[in-house]
Amino acid sequence: MSALTYETVARAAQQGGTVYFAILFLGGLVYALWPRNREAFNRLAHVPLEQEDDDVPA
Amino acid sequence: MQQSLVKEGGAPLDAVILLAFTCLGALGALLATAFSADPLFRFHGYVFLIAFIVAAGVLTVGISSGRFRGDPKSYEDGVIRAGVIATMFWGVVGMLVGVVIAAQLSFPRIFYFPEFGWLNFGRLRPLHTSGVIFAFGGNALIATSFYVVQRTCRARLAGGLAGWFVFWGYQLFIVLAATGYLLGVTQGQEYAEPEWYIDLWLTVVWVAYLLVFLGTIWKRKEPHIYVANWFYLAFIVTIAMLHIVNNLALPVGLLNHRSYSLFAGVQNALTQWWYGHNAVGFFLTAGFLAIMYYFVPKRAERPVYSYRLSIVHFWALIFIYIWAGPHHLHYTALPMWTQTLGATFSIMLWMPSWGGMINGLMTLSGAWDKLRTDPVMRMLVVSIAFYGMSTFEGPMMSIREVNALSHYTDWTIGHVHSGALGWVGFVTFGAMYCLVPWLWKKDRLYSDRLVEWHFWIATTGILLYITAMWVSGIMEGLMWREYTPQGFLANSFVETVSAKHVENIVRTIGGLMYLTGALIMSYNLWRTIRMPSTSKEDSAAALPAMAVAS
Repeated sequence: MSALTYETVARAAQQGGTVYFAILFLGGLVYALWPRNREAFNRLAHVPLEQEDDDVPA
Repeated sequence: MQQSLVKEGGAPLDAVILLAFTCLGALGALLATAFSADPLFRFHGYVFLIAFIVAAGVLTVGISSGRFRGDPKSYEDGVIRAGVIATMFWGVVGMLVGVVIAAQLSFPRIFYFPEFGWLNFGRLRPLHTSGVIFAFGGNALIATSFYVVQRTCRARLAGGLAGWFVFWGYQLFIVLAATGYLLGVTQGQEYAEPEWYIDLWLTVVWVAYLLVFLGTIWKRKEPHIYVANWFYLAFIVTIAMLHIVNNLALPVGLLNHRSYSLFAGVQNALTQWWYGHNAVGFFLTAGFLAIMYYFVPKRAERPVYSYRLSIVHFWALIFIYIWAGPHHLHYTALPMWTQTLGATFSIMLWMPSWGGMINGLMTLSGAWDKLRTDPVMRMLVVSIAFYGMSTFEGPMMSIREVNALSHYTDWTIGHVHSGALGWVGFVTFGAMYCLVPWLWKKDRLYSDRLVEWHFWIATTGILLYITAMWVSGIMEGLMWREYTPQGFLANSFVETVSAKHVENIVRTIGGLMYLTGALIMSYNLWRTIRMPSTSKEDSAAALPAMAVAS
């Protein structure tokens, strides 16, 4: 097992961080652009406008 | 803690739990006050004691008279109305203190009060920053989040009286923090000045806030969680994390107000600016973007321009913002690569920020005429424009070479205020102008003309403020780095201060105009609340008639 020096930790954090962020971003992008979600997202865009009666939770 | 659990004739469980909590709190405050030898700690003990006793009294009267039984078939709007009033009250107070300290910088001979030490600039400045950020902004966020989460989840606020506990608990936090600053109770860390026991109190209130918000989302009737709620949730969760980590401290004694941070040296600085910049990112940005994503579509009566973009906006923003803090520590003992990382992430932030700005502005597609006809809509749109401007300026200032000129100068102050006055202030004003007629059941505001006056006076004030700070900031930055042919610094510090005199006066005038706008707004909202209500029957009868007429 190699020594846990500042350099090894910093390198692991920098390289791991790059991969982690790239995957997270791609994951978010895929979710946002996934064709099956299109309909739900179109409906959600209208959510603030939907309430006919603002006083009743139902 | 649901009111539906209450048996007929029994006392509501949430009120009883809260009563027990306030009685225990009063006892604890009494003991702490009695045994402490620290006068400042004792003063805050009295504040706690009075707050708990008043709360216990109100709860006792309320329980015995059979109140606190909310109608589960309606929304909890009372706490939001209180939040709107608190927002405007603290907004005026915080802005007034800002004008006072701007006057102190402009005319230190006139606005210096040696016999009143607590009116010193150093004591008043955190009162201004916390007053406008946490008292004005925080109340706006709590009030709007309670409104938006109920409407978009179609569920009554969870936790019964817990929402009221969050509201009054937060006001108590503000009073403790504000009086502490004036008395000299401070940790001396920017935006994290309150001492350890005030921090603990805020933690209790904030966890209650998180639980109320999550509980309401849990009860939702809509399968998807609307994007504004994501932004609110990111704001609540991240502020909890930042607040707890940055305030890890060891009190001198359990009955003493003073504490020391667990972090020392550059670790302390990095933790502080990780906290400080994410207070900007998650308190002043994510939370207010939630306001944008609900109130702009609602007011424009148009759907969100691109819901997909709002998802990418959300994830990109929250994962990038959290790394931007080190740009506050350029040319310090912080390792160079960490400074570079902070600057890089700050520059990357430009993309989600402008994505969000475009999404907000383009929501007006097909409704651009409202900019001309509806001054509230104009206020919301100008706030998004200021958001775009300050999120362009910020990444630029985070570049180390630009920062070499801008850091420690008034340019930073100008940048903060273009974000705070232009973006946070205006989007809040827009939301409040929307909320008051909705919550108090009026068909319109008292006066649209007064909104126009507010808009133009405040906008001119912002422009005066930020242009004055650009000029003075760049000027003093250049003066600080000016050398004589012999290699000495050309200017003493006080020369750079006196050189800014005119700009400081212009800044004071700008701030005074912004405050004037807020006062006009308060009057307008007050008159709106006092207008006769449009009852349900009237509006139901009026609608078909209007439809026929148009």
